[in-house]
Amino acid sequence: MTEQVLAPSSELLTRFPEVVTADTRKSYEGYLVDRARLVEVATYARDQLGYDYLSSVTGVDYMPDGLMEVVYHLYKTTGGPGLVLKTQTPRENAEVPSLVSVYPGADFQERETWDLLGIRFEGHPDLRRILLWEGFDGYPLRKDWKEAYYEEDGKPFKSRWPDAHVHRAEDKNPYQKNNSYPAGFNPETYTPEGDAALYASLNRTKAVYEAKAGDMDSDLIVVNMGPQHPSTHGVFRFVVALDGETIVGLKPVVGYLHRNHEKIGERNTFLMNMPYTDRLDYLSSLSNNFGYALAVEKLMGIKPPERAEYLRVIMAEFTRISNHLFAIGSFLNDLGAMFTPMLYALVERELILDIFEAVTGSRMMCNYFRFGGVARDLPEGIYEKMRELAFERLPKQIDEIDHFLSNNEIVRSRAQGVGILTPEQAIAFSAAGPMLRGSGVPYDVRRADPYSIYERFDFEVAVRYHGDVYDRFMIRIDEIRQSIRILQQALRDIPQGSIQEGKPQYQVRVPAGEAYGRVEGPKGELGFYVISNGKPNPWRYHVRAPSFINLTAYEMMCTGNKIADTVAILGSIDIVLGETDR
Amino acid sequence: MSDMKKENLNNTKYDIPPELQGQVSITTLDKIYNWGRKASVWPMMFGLACCAIEMICAAASRYDTARFGMEIMRPSPRQTDLMIVSGTVTKKMLPTIVRLYNQMPEPKYVLAMGACASGGGPFKEGYNVVSGVDKYLPVDVYIPGCPPTPQAMLHGMITLQRKIEAEHFPDSRWYSKGSLEAVPIPVLGPDIMDPRQFELIKEQSLARLAEQEENASQVDSVEQKA
Repeated sequence: MTEQVLAPSSELLTRFPEVVTADTRKSYEGYLVDRARLVEVATYARDQLGYDYLSSVTGVDYMPDGLMEVVYHLYKTTGGPGLVLKTQTPRENAEVPSLVSVYPGADFQERETWDLLGIRFEGHPDLRRILLWEGFDGYPLRKDWKEAYYEEDGKPFKSRWPDAHVHRAEDKNPYQKNNSYPAGFNPETYTPEGDAALYASLNRTKAVYEAKAGDMDSDLIVVNMGPQHPSTHGVFRFVVALDGETIVGLKPVVGYLHRNHEKIGERNTFLMNMPYTDRLDYLSSLSNNFGYALAVEKLMGIKPPERAEYLRVIMAEFTRISNHLFAIGSFLNDLGAMFTPMLYALVERELILDIFEAVTGSRMMCNYFRFGGVARDLPEGIYEKMRELAFERLPKQIDEIDHFLSNNEIVRSRAQGVGILTPEQAIAFSAAGPMLRGSGVPYDVRRADPYSIYERFDFEVAVRYHGDVYDRFMIRIDEIRQSIRILQQALRDIPQGSIQEGKPQYQVRVPAGEAYGRVEGPKGELGFYVISNGKPNPWRYHVRAPSFINLTAYEMMCTGNKIADTVAILGSIDIVLGETDR
Repeated sequence: MSDMKKENLNNTKYDIPPELQGQVSITTLDKIYNWGRKASVWPMMFGLACCAIEMICAAASRYDTARFGMEIMRPSPRQTDLMIVSGTVTKKMLPTIVRLYNQMPEPKYVLAMGACASGGGPFKEGYNVVSGVDKYLPVDVYIPGCPPTPQAMLHGMITLQRKIEAEHFPDSRWYSKGSLEAVPIPVLGPDIMDPRQFELIKEQSLARLAEQEENASQVDSVEQKA
């Protein structure tokens, strides 16, 4: 990290005249970069301007203009506002240079952009489809790509509203399913591509290892884990190449829970997306609500009233605690302490879920935030329950969990010194949340780029310095303690008053423009990139999913460790597949 | 189960000699066999999405499925008799799910947990989402909800127990002659392909091709006229 005095980012304009131009579209921010010199500009931004953290990469299809745009959000790990770089390419044969050489964290995100939008990244070391499978027909996030159950570009569909006709989408499709095939396609002569590309990629890693190992006469074994495996936290799959028991190569395979969040999100109206964000990271739905509400509020230029802000913080911090409890429980499960620590963690989580159910109406899918406020005020008696949890019960229970687990011999020997991620690597691979802070980088969006009312609270950014599995486990306990501190202050200070700015409405008017809202979710930095063109539906809706991007470093963390450690390392990353695959 | 009470067991249409009463019970094979089976359901430890979390909660201390004899979850399909499809079934995952189902020993049951598994749920229109697992596998019990609460999950499992209780040997597909046919495993092509629909797919896509060519030739002729 450079500790120099950082120049304002407009320096890019003077340093790269003609190559970099300010984005002058209304309500757009950042700079347009000529794609031919993108790598050079990005290297300059990283080394000279200090934007060392690549938060998000995504593509936007501006079909009416015949353009594709790739958007990069860069931040400094020392804090402060970000830098947005954009580069444009024609829609036909869309291609931009890859930034993996500058920011290794771009790896999976560029693959996702290629997979869903068909933008080729020149120079990417391993450009394969990531969420869908090889052989899938087309690039679904392009605006002219239509799914089998396609009705209209935006909801509410005229067939359903206002006349409320009821029909089954299946009846309109010849296969009675939401399938469609290209014209002239013959399944009898078709050979599926299968996992050929995946194994080709693994073979390249194997070849590098074998070349280094010399002519030792040993065969590498390839092992598949998942998608049906009890330790992969859902439907995650990875393929490892092993020398004996040592991992020499590992390729994660995701997409088994790809639910087309973004495509559905672009058909939905703005408010309709709120319950969908619940289902991203289904263990921490309220944090997801928070990020999306922030992004759209930025576009609308509104702020929630004071009481709503406090309610948001309280709910988000309870969410963090419940998520970390679950993470700790399932991590111990992975280490082999089958279900007993989990049972203790779930008892506390159930108490928090009771509060969610009372306030929002649902245990998990809370759908509580609204643009400019929250949906409901606290029902009677819940405030006292919250106080009891935050002041009495949780601090004691966390101490107990800490006491029984943290010094446990088995936990220590399984976790200490395993899966090390250095601070430099963590930043380069765009790791976020507990992964970044467990590696000694004190970066927390709540502090680095404060949103809502977080700058009012007195709390410490939990940080640990070894970067191993054990520190990532301990950091969750630290964070629960800090969350309890925030909760205690918020519950003490919460004012009375209104909970919604203006009148609550189903159809919000969102002015044209773009916004990137990010929050510190329990898994890490959760970002929502929303583009509105003034219509009721977002033109682009992209989620920067920490679970997904944290996996970019997974191969590197596992290489050199034993096969049994893959599960411990994965447990310490704490992925949720709903968010990884979206 | 009221039929299994001691009085009812001895109160059958068969005459039991007085010296054996209280020591010998007479019942039907169906009853005694189903009674044993229903309280030893081993579900597969198999989570797909959000519903899996509620499934874990249902198995944990507050709701405790062990009370009903179904707490032993096994990750291997070979050791299970119940598949709880807990979450959204995607096209990419579907071949694996069908394969897992085929690997389960009989008798086997499928429980579709939540809106997604039952019919696609909020993600029904998605290009990678299967709108209901029953398009491919026979489902025994559907549990509504998004996600269903643990209580709903327990109710679903008790419903399944009722179903097992009511099974009758001669009618069950597991006990009839010949082994059950495996469900054909879908293939990932340009879109997911059900082998049972290959003919239809071919027919439809050729028809589409012909339609496109016809349109193209019409455009050509219009252009020529112009």
